[in-house]
Amino acid sequence: MKTLNLLFVTFFILSMASLEAATIRVKNGQSIQKAINQAADGDTLIIEKGTFAENEITIRKPLTIIGESYPVIDGKEKGNVFLVAAENVHIRGLKIINTGMSNMDDSAGIKFFDSKNCSVEDNILEETYFGLHFSNSSKLTIKNNKLSSHAEREYQTGNGIHLWKCRDSFIEGNTVSGHRDGIYLEFVTNTVSIGNMIEANKRYGLHFMFSHDNSYIQNTFKKNGAGVAVMYTRNVLMKENIFEENEGASSYGILLKDITDSEIVGNIFRKNTIGIYMEGCSRSTFKSNSFTQNGWAIKLMASCDQNTFEENNFIANTFDISTNGTVVLNTLQHNYWDKYEGYDLDKNRTGDIPYRPISLFSVIVEKIPAAMILWRSFLVTLLDRMEKVLPSITPENMIDNSPKMRPYDIRTTNT
Amino acid sequence: MFKLLKYALYDIVKSRFALLYTLFMVLVAISIYQVSEDMSKVSLSLLNIMLMIIPLISAIFATTHFFNNLEFTELMLAQPVKRRDVFLSQILAVIFVLSMAILIGFGAPMLLWGADASVLILLAIGIGLSVIFAGLAFLASVLTRDKAKAIGISLSFWIYFSLVYDGFVLYLIYSLADYPLEKPTLALVFLNPVDLGRIIMLMQLDISALMGYTGAFFQDFFGSAKGILLSSAVMFIWMILPVTAAMRVFKRKDF
Repeated sequence: MKTLNLLFVTFFILSMASLEAATIRVKNGQSIQKAINQAADGDTLIIEKGTFAENEITIRKPLTIIGESYPVIDGKEKGNVFLVAAENVHIRGLKIINTGMSNMDDSAGIKFFDSKNCSVEDNILEETYFGLHFSNSSKLTIKNNKLSSHAEREYQTGNGIHLWKCRDSFIEGNTVSGHRDGIYLEFVTNTVSIGNMIEANKRYGLHFMFSHDNSYIQNTFKKNGAGVAVMYTRNVLMKENIFEENEGASSYGILLKDITDSEIVGNIFRKNTIGIYMEGCSRSTFKSNSFTQNGWAIKLMASCDQNTFEENNFIANTFDISTNGTVVLNTLQHNYWDKYEGYDLDKNRTGDIPYRPISLFSVIVEKIPAAMILWRSFLVTLLDRMEKVLPSITPENMIDNSPKMRPYDIRTTNT
Repeated sequence: MFKLLKYALYDIVKSRFALLYTLFMVLVAISIYQVSEDMSKVSLSLLNIMLMIIPLISAIFATTHFFNNLEFTELMLAQPVKRRDVFLSQILAVIFVLSMAILIGFGAPMLLWGADASVLILLAIGIGLSVIFAGLAFLASVLTRDKAKAIGISLSFWIYFSLVYDGFVLYLIYSLADYPLEKPTLALVFLNPVDLGRIIMLMQLDISALMGYTGAFFQDFFGSAKGILLSSAVMFIWMILPVTAAMRVFKRKDF
């Protein structure tokens, strides 16, 4: 009986609250800012179809703003469009265009400060400098937004989804293109990114620093200027993402700098100049990833230690692994290498002789990039063969003692 | 001239070498097509075979052909025909047979399983290399009287262009590693037809985009109209040069 009473009371309070919250309709030609000023805490604003030329719309109380068939909020290239510093603000179904183009105030489509429990869903942002900009906030939901910008150069645009000093957030199903960085996280913890499509941004698809305990699942990073670069972070989970077609001299499927205690699992690296570039990484696991048609599948610098690469597929890469020193403190085991030429007498599907993934030529090219001109010449083939038989220059410990005879069937629902 | 060419061709076909060579090419191409699915992989494997085999076969075949037909050539020289015609009929017959072997050998499987622009360029490079090495072999032949010596010289041409030269380039790059080497290596590539053919072909495949800075540099050059024009012009010069040199020697040679 007691619990029933309690339930009844809660229900009553809830319905009271909903009774209090009014719904205000904003018609074409009216001012959104005025409507916000007049609204009470917790009200819902429905913005009707139309074009609203407003900027610096400030929200300092809990509000829900819903657009009906994508009303256009045009910032006229001046400053920010929305500024939010409140709890429980929900923005949905708006089309926000033309913010200012300035680094002075980091002009953004929607900018949150010191906010909590907020959500931004189903919005379209076009020609914004920064798209969605969050600082010092928590419990954010950023979902199904479409962000695009058309800058010619990197400095002419800001980041798509930018979080600074945020935590406990959720970034799902967004599409970001043409910005500087697709998703930028700095000092962001406990955040999950799922199923985002990050394509053709000028600098990095995903860029984070000092952002511990985050996970990135089933995102696609394609054709970004320099791929993905992540730094100075521990405890990262990257699962079933696709990194593809990041081509160029300093372009990476993913660049890992000082990443520790992390897991990179089930990802697909396809047609990148460098699949994974690692520097100063420790104690991370790379498992069940598929590396196909990359220039270098992995560039593993000698500053990395205690990393494990297991059960990955290496297929049709020009170079499987290259490194810059002779010291190898990492483990390679049970991988499938398409260049493996060994045999399996006992039929346990593991090759009987170890595989050395570093070729002599890749060592030479690492030292002198111009030597690339001799790639696939008879001489280089001959040298590589000799080195395979009698290793002298290539690091002795870079070795997979249990290479698989058949590729793993690595499946992901992310396509 | 045409009559001479006709007899030279008859002679080659009779020796059955042409048939065997074509058959060998077909077998190689078919097995490569069977093994790999991807078109660019097929081109790469064909390229590997081509850069090794075609210069070698061309050089040896052209030399042996020259000496096998030496008596016929001497007989013809006693007739009222131009020396130029005698020489050209012999070398053109060799070039024709070698080119047909490549066209049929590599081309027929391509017709069956499909081709793209890169494979067509591969064919052109194969024919170019045949012409160059047939020319070099004729040059070696007219410079000596001895068949074994001529084959030796032809083989050393082959070893030089496919192995020694690259070793020299590698050594140079290694010892001058502190300098920007992109442009000098580009110039060095033009001095070796085998390297030139290889680079032209590699630049056709999209993997070249994945080769880092140097790859991008070469892609930039060989992808531009200027680069294509220059590289095909240099390839053409390589085709003409040995043949004309051999012809000059042949014209003045005392048999």
